[in-house]
Amino acid sequence: MSKVRVLVGTKKGAFVLAADGERKKWSVDGPFFAGWEIYHMKGSPVNPERIYASQTSAWFGQMVQRSDDGGKSWDAVGNEFAYEGVAGTHQWYDGTPHPWEFKRVWHLEPSLTEAETVFAGIEDAALFKSTDGGGTWAEVAGLRKHGSGPAWQPGAGGMCLHTIILDPVNAGRMYVAISAAGSFRTDDGGQTWRPINRGLVSEFMPDPHAEVGHCVHHIAMHPSRPDRLFMQKHWDVMRSDDAGETWHEVSGNLPTDFGFVIDVHAHEPETIYVVPIKSDQEHFPLDGKLQVFRSRGGGHDWEALTNGLPQENCYVNVLRDAMAVDSLDECGVYFGTTGGQVFVSPDGGDHWQAIVENLPAVLSVEVQTIP
Amino acid sequence: MMVCVELPSGLAVLARTERRVDVVVEGVVTVRSVLDALERRLPVLRGTIREHGSLKRRPFLRFFVCGQDWSHRSVDEPLPPAVAAGREVFMVVGAIAGG
Repeated sequence: MSKVRVLVGTKKGAFVLAADGERKKWSVDGPFFAGWEIYHMKGSPVNPERIYASQTSAWFGQMVQRSDDGGKSWDAVGNEFAYEGVAGTHQWYDGTPHPWEFKRVWHLEPSLTEAETVFAGIEDAALFKSTDGGGTWAEVAGLRKHGSGPAWQPGAGGMCLHTIILDPVNAGRMYVAISAAGSFRTDDGGQTWRPINRGLVSEFMPDPHAEVGHCVHHIAMHPSRPDRLFMQKHWDVMRSDDAGETWHEVSGNLPTDFGFVIDVHAHEPETIYVVPIKSDQEHFPLDGKLQVFRSRGGGHDWEALTNGLPQENCYVNVLRDAMAVDSLDECGVYFGTTGGQVFVSPDGGDHWQAIVENLPAVLSVEVQTIP
Repeated sequence: MMVCVELPSGLAVLARTERRVDVVVEGVVTVRSVLDALERRLPVLRGTIREHGSLKRRPFLRFFVCGQDWSHRSVDEPLPPAVAAGREVFMVVGAIAGG
């Protein structure tokens, strides 16, 4: 029988949650790396027992941990992320030039085809690649140096490259998203990059339609429709049907279109999920009610999913990498909150239950479906 | 010279060692040579006390020797003889910064 493994990164350690295909009884292992911030964990599609974790601390800097037994044991691998050449400057919050400085790894994305290859999205924003299982890292410098880099600026959480999407059909194509710069695409395996932000409108910018400067919070893609992208921007839920060449808003009837997460159903490429957050100042659900919203038509028309979720006095946030889906026959949807809850819906969002309720603040959730 | 280094507990756990670690220092015993020796013995600590490349002390860490703060002194200044003799410990201390 298939099983699922949920990889949870929190402010104070990592947790591995596991269940069989029914997703009713869960085991909870952890905390791993207790006391450290675990920004992200992700398993290799090539070898599900290979899992990477980004372990970081204001005191001790960055570590990358690797497991080859499904998260039971871990070893520290390479933690040196050196920008290629002269790092240069980007914009600081006040628009003045600020030197590029490595701070932490926000996201780890293992290759879809090569067991030892993994990408890392870092703060200050850049993309790194390892071809030896995380032992050594080299910058994919074409991104940061394609021309718009000096105009990038940090969002409230820092200037982070937080989203990496590998095209499952076109091996040379990859998408990344940066706060607050926007989304970018390469079609040649990372040699050259360009911004893909046409259609994004950000009222906080002097030119709301500028080529870069947008605070993209997350992007999701269904692997069977690699040219169709869904984006949760700072404000606005957006959609592209041409690999990011153009975007249009699909916020529709959402009660607020601010939020961080967005994801796509495993078997229905037009079914998408968001968790609306009240505003950029008030990072919690509207009216204290935790609601996932689902659109079965790729946006515009949304329905609130509340069965099993707290509907009073709930003032948590759901951060950008804290939602995921499994690929069992009946798609499971998962998300974690800054209140330490991890929720699962084993039926595509209709019913929810808490797997755990009192973890440290959840930074990221990834799911592995294991045959 | 055998020098005893005391690590913050977080780094001891990371390195899977006790908090006090004996390291063999070659040449003059300085902050630099002690940390070089520590990182030779426990390579996982590279980048955790000193930044990669610049080898600057990470900002939330301090170094104490014989009850004195050596965080802001030259990394090439000889440490007190008591450290080189093993009577005093070279302490790597994490700042009390909450969280």
